[in-house]
Amino acid sequence: MAADRDGPPVVEARGLAKRYGPLAALDGIDLTVPAGQAVVLLGPNGAGKSTLLRLLATLTRPSGGRLRLFGEEVLSSDAGRLRSRIGFLSHQTFLYEHLTGRENLLFYARLYGLSDPERAARAALGAARLSDRQDDRVGAYSRGMQQRLAIARSLLHGPEMILLDEPFTGLDRESSARLEERLRQLRATGRTCVMATHDLDQGLRAADRVLVLRGGRLEFDAPARGLDSARLEALLVTPETAAGPRPL
Amino acid sequence: MAERAERTTRNGPAALAERVLLILVAVLIPVCLHVVFRTVPTEGKMGVVQRIFYFHVPSAFAGFLGVGLCALFSALYLWTRDRRLDLLAHASAEIGVLFFTIVLLTGPIWARPVWGVWWTGEVRLTSTLVLWLLYAGYLILRQSAESQDQGARFCAVLGIVGALDVPIIYYSVEWWRGLHPRVLKVSGGQGLDPAMGKALALCSVTFILFFLLLLLLRVRVGRLQDDVEALTLHAGRQARHTETA
Amino acid sequence: MTYLRAVLLVAGKDLKVELRSREQLVTLLFFALLVLVVFNFAFDFTVIDFVTLGPGVLWVAFIFSGVLAIGRSFQIEREQDRIQGILLSPIDRSAFYLGKVAATVLFMAAVETLIVPVAVVMFNFHFSGRIALAILALLLNTVGFAAVGTLFAAMTSSTRRGELLLPLLLFPAAVPVALAAVKTTTHILAGRPFAAYGHWLQMSAAYDVIFLAAAVLLFDYVLED
Repeated sequence: MAADRDGPPVVEARGLAKRYGPLAALDGIDLTVPAGQAVVLLGPNGAGKSTLLRLLATLTRPSGGRLRLFGEEVLSSDAGRLRSRIGFLSHQTFLYEHLTGRENLLFYARLYGLSDPERAARAALGAARLSDRQDDRVGAYSRGMQQRLAIARSLLHGPEMILLDEPFTGLDRESSARLEERLRQLRATGRTCVMATHDLDQGLRAADRVLVLRGGRLEFDAPARGLDSARLEALLVTPETAAGPRPL
Repeated sequence: MAERAERTTRNGPAALAERVLLILVAVLIPVCLHVVFRTVPTEGKMGVVQRIFYFHVPSAFAGFLGVGLCALFSALYLWTRDRRLDLLAHASAEIGVLFFTIVLLTGPIWARPVWGVWWTGEVRLTSTLVLWLLYAGYLILRQSAESQDQGARFCAVLGIVGALDVPIIYYSVEWWRGLHPRVLKVSGGQGLDPAMGKALALCSVTFILFFLLLLLLRVRVGRLQDDVEALTLHAGRQARHTETA
Repeated sequence: MTYLRAVLLVAGKDLKVELRSREQLVTLLFFALLVLVVFNFAFDFTVIDFVTLGPGVLWVAFIFSGVLAIGRSFQIEREQDRIQGILLSPIDRSAFYLGKVAATVLFMAAVETLIVPVAVVMFNFHFSGRIALAILALLLNTVGFAAVGTLFAAMTSSTRRGELLLPLLLFPAAVPVALAAVKTTTHILAGRPFAAYGHWLQMSAAYDVIFLAAAVLLFDYVLED
């Protein structure tokens, strides 16, 4: 699953906008993410981080501008094919508590039409170190185990791009550390990651590139290397400019 | 922002149509009243109360027009995502409900002296009640939506599904009542005096024009509501900005 | 083929979740039973002929428990944002819809199968008539109710009023199904000839086809966001 670094950029947005009635959640985003890059999205609540992730996940359609994923126009291409190249992890697990860990993974493996769902589920359970608990109901898992299973679920189909929406929310210190470790591994395998988070330090550790969204606009874009969190923090607390989400 | 309010208020083909309709309706309604209360002959068996028919039936026409237009604008909205089409669909449903309400109020008033009961379960009245409930649900759905965009999409779906349901509801209620001949033979064909027919046609045209006038007004109000919402949002942001600065 | 597999996958998942939790079936059965008991008090069935009122009573029970089942089915998907997990996958949204409809029809059919004998005993009814046709009527109308209900539940479950809104939209829209169900059952129980109710069966079938097709076409818009 090594990324094709010579291929088209994974994300290519031009003037991307999403409006909910009079509110512009995203207002003219220009963004190119090359394959293999790890991007962290920062910004206050309501800045449009989740909206951007949902657009990238093809869960919602843009109301303006253009969006290409893997070089394909989102609005005109087969959404199913795009979706099978994208993984999504949020602080919600998407798991069914009445089903066992194995059953959950089997269900998702079949949704993605994997050729050997049994094998994929077994491998994923092994990677999540849940093989011995695979026949227990997810409802009986600890929060950390559920999160591990959720990660396994989001990577089951070998996505080339992984979107993470506040994945650290509700995790204890140990699970957080483990998730960070997992993210490091993913980056090493050349997957493209886009993560929205509140936590500056965690975000910086996990990314090559830092984006700050504010009021639906991209306000800051720089490599993560050499960026110290104090400076970034200062940037994040400066008052919102008048260029905030404006009425149409 | 000021120009926007100006724009939605006074110019363009919609504003012109609005003024023309306003004049037409203002002239036609007194004419209708005159015809209904002064010139049309009194129906033999039912007496004076039958005159309510000239409001009852045209209201039903206007209600059905609302259902049809709502479905049409809904489909167009899903296709184009133009907010104006959504406002038109919403206004059609809302005004349709208004006219169905008139049907449901005038029906029993008519029925009571003629049949001796307020509510008979008569086919058309019963199916109108079901439609009224369905489209009242449409209005509640819109109000319950999380966002304007969600309300528009959901209501467009309901507007299309509702219109598909209308004929089925009508037939099912009719069959339920056991395939009786129409209770109100007067309202169809032969029994009707030519003068009555003309009065009905006049009132129907008037009500439909009145419907269209209300539609344009309601859409304009919707546009203004959008502007107010946008301005409030803007003002809120500005205020927060000054606060933090 | 993959489309059908996706439909069955979603339906199968719903059944498995239900078999594990049993929260729906038990609640629904209990609820339907309560409706029967209430009507048993409200009307004196030693005087009233079951054929005149029975089908209505039964269908009130089915429809009320059905609306609960449909609402719950979507609430489960909203918890933990599971619906997102499904929407993120490459399956067609309409396959998801049809899978939910299939599961709902099965739940409702299970409740119906268990409630009808109870009603027969409770109301001292001697069943005669053409059972196969009665089952067909039951099935056609259950499918129609589930088809419209599932489409509406997908919408109402993400609004502010949530499940309160579902019956408000569904009951008026499902009037034809309710009327068809009651009339057909009444005619069959009374042993009338097919000609007396054939048009009702046709209408139920038409309702199913129209709304399943409409929902398949419109479901993308419902789940767009």
